[in-house]
Amino acid sequence: MGFYLAQLLTGLANASSLFLIASGLSIIFGVTRIVNFAHGSFYMLGAYLAYTLVTTLNGGILGYWFSVLVAALIVGGIGLLVELTILRRIYRAPELFQLVATFGVVLIVQDATLAIWGAEDLLGPRAPGLDRAVRLMGEPIPEYDLALIAIGPAVLAAIWLLFHRTRWGILVRAATQDREMVGALGVNQAWLFSAAFVLGSALAGLGGALQIPREAVSLQMDLSIIGEAFVVVVIGGMGSVTGAFVAAVLISVLNAFAILIFPQISIVLPFVVMAVVLIVRPYGLFGRPGSEHGGAEEPEQPLRLLDQKSTMVLLALVAVLGFSPAVVSDFTTILLVDVMVATLFAVSLHFMMGIGGMVSFGHAAYFGVGAYAAAMAVKLLGWGMLPAMALGPIAAALAAIFFGWFCVRLSGVYLAMLTMAAAQILWGVTFQWQDVTGGDDGILGVWPAKWAASDRVFFYVAFILCLGGIWVLRRVAHSPFGYTLRGIRDSRIRAEAIGVDTRFHQWMGFTLAGTLAGMAGAVFVFSKGSVFPDALSIGHSIDGLIMVLLGGIHALGGPVYGAMAMVLIEDWVSRLDYWRFIFGGIILTVVLLAPDGIAGGVRRLGQLVRRDAA
Amino acid sequence: MTLIRRTVLGALAALPLAALSPQLARAADTIVLGEVNSYTRLPAFTEPYRKGWELAVEQINANGGVLGKQLEVIARDDTGDPATAIRIAEELIAKEGAVMIFGTFLSNIGLAVADFANQKQVFFLASEPLSDALVWSKGNRYTYRLRPSTHMQAAMLAEQAAKLDAVKWATVAPNYAYGQDAVKAFKEELSRLRPDVEFVEEQWPPVFKIDAGPTVRALEAAKPDAIYNVTFGGDLAKFVREGSLRYLFDDRPVVSLLTGEPEYLEPLQGETPNGWIVTGYPSTDIDTPEHKAFAEAYIAKFGEAPKTGSIVGYNSVLSIAAAITKAGSTETEAMLAAMEGLEVTSSPTGPFMFRAADHQSTMGAYVGKTALVDGQPKMVDWFYADGAAYLPSEEEAAKLRPAE
Repeated sequence: MGFYLAQLLTGLANASSLFLIASGLSIIFGVTRIVNFAHGSFYMLGAYLAYTLVTTLNGGILGYWFSVLVAALIVGGIGLLVELTILRRIYRAPELFQLVATFGVVLIVQDATLAIWGAEDLLGPRAPGLDRAVRLMGEPIPEYDLALIAIGPAVLAAIWLLFHRTRWGILVRAATQDREMVGALGVNQAWLFSAAFVLGSALAGLGGALQIPREAVSLQMDLSIIGEAFVVVVIGGMGSVTGAFVAAVLISVLNAFAILIFPQISIVLPFVVMAVVLIVRPYGLFGRPGSEHGGAEEPEQPLRLLDQKSTMVLLALVAVLGFSPAVVSDFTTILLVDVMVATLFAVSLHFMMGIGGMVSFGHAAYFGVGAYAAAMAVKLLGWGMLPAMALGPIAAALAAIFFGWFCVRLSGVYLAMLTMAAAQILWGVTFQWQDVTGGDDGILGVWPAKWAASDRVFFYVAFILCLGGIWVLRRVAHSPFGYTLRGIRDSRIRAEAIGVDTRFHQWMGFTLAGTLAGMAGAVFVFSKGSVFPDALSIGHSIDGLIMVLLGGIHALGGPVYGAMAMVLIEDWVSRLDYWRFIFGGIILTVVLLAPDGIAGGVRRLGQLVRRDAA
Repeated sequence: MTLIRRTVLGALAALPLAALSPQLARAADTIVLGEVNSYTRLPAFTEPYRKGWELAVEQINANGGVLGKQLEVIARDDTGDPATAIRIAEELIAKEGAVMIFGTFLSNIGLAVADFANQKQVFFLASEPLSDALVWSKGNRYTYRLRPSTHMQAAMLAEQAAKLDAVKWATVAPNYAYGQDAVKAFKEELSRLRPDVEFVEEQWPPVFKIDAGPTVRALEAAKPDAIYNVTFGGDLAKFVREGSLRYLFDDRPVVSLLTGEPEYLEPLQGETPNGWIVTGYPSTDIDTPEHKAFAEAYIAKFGEAPKTGSIVGYNSVLSIAAAITKAGSTETEAMLAAMEGLEVTSSPTGPFMFRAADHQSTMGAYVGKTALVDGQPKMVDWFYADGAAYLPSEEEAAKLRPAE
């Protein structure tokens, strides 16, 4: 009995930590609709700042708690800086575009932290006065865990009072429900957004600072927490702080008991719970319908077909790319293959997001399934290169049909998070099922057939498949099916009213996007000779997302620009010291100069030039 | 229209590449070595490593280089991604004119680059990855490995563990290939030496995401006589803190892989557990003349004591220089022939050789106990365990490799 109590209390202590960071994320999303990837970075900064303050002050119990609070306040200040200098300028950008900016902040904070605090993990002191364990029913329970168990609900109560008993809180809640109306009533939204962002960041900083007595402060803290924080927010319902608390308790306590029965479960448990919750309750436990989307956007310009002149130019350029292996060096050919694979991956994701209106945080799943299917066909079935490459997209299509069926029942951020759960579950299977997938040692030795072994021949294989895939998606975007998808994206109700089976169309759009991502994966695996679970990881999905958003979601050419920019810039800057800082800086510059993505920026530049010429 | 911009952008983006491409007139008296490692992903381990090879290159060049030529290392960051590592390896070979590749830390990146080396027929010396698969089940003709492998280090610990009275063992290891290999090897070796032991509990926390409280409780609940730990880095700190808070380590011996390495031991500071049996590297406490000379030069250049990565980086370049000297050329086939049974007669950690049968070096590790000495974490009662003693015989090892 005592043992189970101990396990429960440990789970609750973890829940408090998780709640602090998730509540901040939920508040920021609820008010500003920003999907804030930098939240993990704020958490990490809170921990590092608290470490420095606690060890410098060395002031006993008071000094410790003072340091924790000051660290949280400083992080709040950093949040304010980010909001004022960057995010405030891009609130009017397309939905989710702000997450590109927060991604840039993540990169910059990573390198800044490395430069300031160094590479080595830092183990802070235990909390003064709470540095031992007490025995409850014979089981030792750390005193600090008990303190955390109290702090979580206390913060929840404080936030509840703030939201229900102050004018500011009432305005925040109003903004969470209807931003337009709050603006129309004369409330200064800019001020409201800044305040919510500062509060959210400070909570993340507080969460990080409170971790000092429990774990070593390390450079991995930011990325290791962010996925779980999002899961908690989504299970609870976006924007609901109470929901975040319930979800944090649910996940942490489940994990504490699940590892007794099945120790390997930790890697996927939160995502499985999220998938189940979302399938049963499409808006999370405490979310309201309508909490999944950003504010109203300006309607998109319809897609236009290229005129004759542009078509000729386009074909000429494809020809230039086709003849490039004759002139450029071998290594450039290899780099171009990487660019083409990334471009097909980004274009397939853009088809889903831009044309289909379904945001995906887990598109790498289908890329990875395609890659693994091709690799396994070679290794387990002994197939040749071409049949194996054909199997890639087929397997990806099957996976997309399966997961898509669930995903299209949701919309907005909830749909995005369910795709992420699907990707993470597939990743877990690949990672854990060593006998078949090789686990994290991956599958090796998947090289092109003899006739395609030279870099040039393989370039043409990739050229045909990737450009073919891009052409197919472009063609479909202009087909009746593509028009229907865009219609559903712009107004589901009207589409249904004219008799369109909206779910079926979205399901098929999802499947097509997944299939072509699988094709990119199949080309990828033969170009690298090996595949690892990284191919399905959240990180890879996020890369795709950044390519699409950075390139410009409202233009068919957007993902092409985005993929090229990401691959080539990263290949270039990663030669330099502190390249993540530079890369993050480049991303922020692009974001600020072109809030409609690179495609939008280039189009405006073109208009400017033409007007000058006229 | 899109493709005009595509080409223009591509050309623009390629400009810096052109600027960085090797000067065609790269002096004929230079030997270029390509190096790939996770410099941004795992700086705590790769920074000392980089310093190690920098020192070796500097010393070798000061002594006239190799075959009368100067060594030049072109090092690149793989960003922690195997696919990027392969692209960089391609570039180092195709564009920078590297005669071979060395480096890598993460096992999956080591395996990916090894497979690339096999396909493109390039000599690859895997410096840091520990995976047994690299030289055994997925070994290939072009890949050698320097650092003592998971199996070797687990066997060193099993030998010490067998001397304990403990019969009931529990294991805790990060849930990925390294952790699984380490537990498997330890179980095999310990069961061979002590058929009476039994393993009563295993915990598999996700790597770098250990939920230490419940993990410690689950281990405690099994009431083992002793614990075998494979967690490292941030996970280790959490595990140690929660474990000592909850009396997990009271009267219970702990055998712990790699914990004696300064990269993992130093962050524990005042909470360093007392008397854990570990593999590691006692750094400046080693008083052989070779190591003293190395440590002095290292401290003079970088102002800090060498870590495990430093020694691995240093010995990597020593091995490569020895191979090129023996081969008398930088042709791949000549270097591969030279690597078979290559003896490195003098290194800071003593002599070692590369086994022809499985391409594993016999460089060993230090086995000892953790302790706080004057408030500083240290390894005490340590001895050098020669790697050769913990490897299967060359005949057995050859059978573990795929047919060529």
